[in-house]
Amino acid sequence: MRVVVWRELLVAMRRRSDVGTVLLFFVIVVSLFPLGIGADPDKLRVLAPGIIWVAALLSSMLSLGRLFAADYADGTLEQMLLGAAPLGATAAAKAFAHWLVSGLPLVAIAPLLALQYDLPAGLYGMLALSLLLGTPVLSLIGGIGAALTLGVRGGGVLLALLVLPLYVPVLVMGAGSVEMASAGLGGQGQLLILGAMLIVAAAFAPWATAAALRISSE
Amino acid sequence: MLEAHGLDCERGGRTLFRGLSLALGPGETLRIGGANGSGKTSLLRILCGLLTPAAGEVRWNGARIQSLREEYARNIVYLGHAPAVKDELTGAENLRAACALAGLAVSAGQLREALAHFGVPGDKAVRQLSQGQRRRAALARLAVSWAAPVWLLDEPFTALDAGAAQLTRTLLGEHAQRGGSVVYTTHQDAGLHDSRVIEL
Repeated sequence: MRVVVWRELLVAMRRRSDVGTVLLFFVIVVSLFPLGIGADPDKLRVLAPGIIWVAALLSSMLSLGRLFAADYADGTLEQMLLGAAPLGATAAAKAFAHWLVSGLPLVAIAPLLALQYDLPAGLYGMLALSLLLGTPVLSLIGGIGAALTLGVRGGGVLLALLVLPLYVPVLVMGAGSVEMASAGLGGQGQLLILGAMLIVAAAFAPWATAAALRISSE
Repeated sequence: MLEAHGLDCERGGRTLFRGLSLALGPGETLRIGGANGSGKTSLLRILCGLLTPAAGEVRWNGARIQSLREEYARNIVYLGHAPAVKDELTGAENLRAACALAGLAVSAGQLREALAHFGVPGDKAVRQLSQGQRRRAALARLAVSWAAPVWLLDEPFTALDAGAAQLTRTLLGEHAQRGGSVVYTTHQDAGLHDSRVIEL
């Protein structure tokens, strides 16, 4: 498992532009809204959690297409299928590496982008925390979609149609936690549910991904 | 002992072969020949468990390979059509990752030796190498895989120059002599001492 993460990170480091594009996409999408909506701080403050979360969803999805596609094309996927470790563990490692490369940077940069929305100071922590719990779920669920659409023509669009509906609960809870906190109601409830989603996804999604990989590599 | 009983293979609604059976013991070399599209690669993928046959089964030491999964995977080396090397990584990094993935404990010295044996520069990113050198980088794995008794190779001699082809032939021969089994596909005579041949 460690070797899969090591290899993914090494590949990502040598293809920094790919990682940068996803992050830049996130920054641009989040920054477009204040320009379009206008500089009314009250309006922006209300919209901030939802917009940042939707942007995180989209940019996480943007990098999903590459999760297994390169491995499928260069034959390393076959070697993973025939690896000494259970395929589920390998799939979990892939999802973890995907999160490290495309989820964690979003967590780090989101509070900075939230400045544009004049979010109250107390909410930055909440926003980062909700993303920290939510983005790994996106990578785990996205892995199933990426495995299922492997080698399918027009797989990119299909992947979006398949995965985005599954992202809805994460979006509702993630954006909800920040909204609740801004209303003075804490928001811990939503965070706990996000945590529960993460545990369930971490336990089951890799095995579903493994099964999907076996099917689509036949 | 690798056995297959009554294998049927269908791809895209077309039957490639029917009722194919084979048995391969230690020290034996099996060549799978046939024209393009006759199902050589499919048969090889069935034998390593990547493809489920339409009928029939493959057994390793008497147990079905579907029920053995990783346990069977530890006993085989499969080198497919694609070289299974990452363009961004160097030859050494690729080989290290491939060995770790296959559960082989290999020292850095052994890795260097295997790459040097095949004349692959270990510190150059694979993207800078030629097609044949990529193929060599993939084949270098064989030089550290003595522990796996069954080698399944898809067209191992394509894109290789005479020197590398000879190296590969020697490796396959040595593996068979040590009691390993080799299954490989080719559409030309590779000059190996095949103990069995299947023409599809």
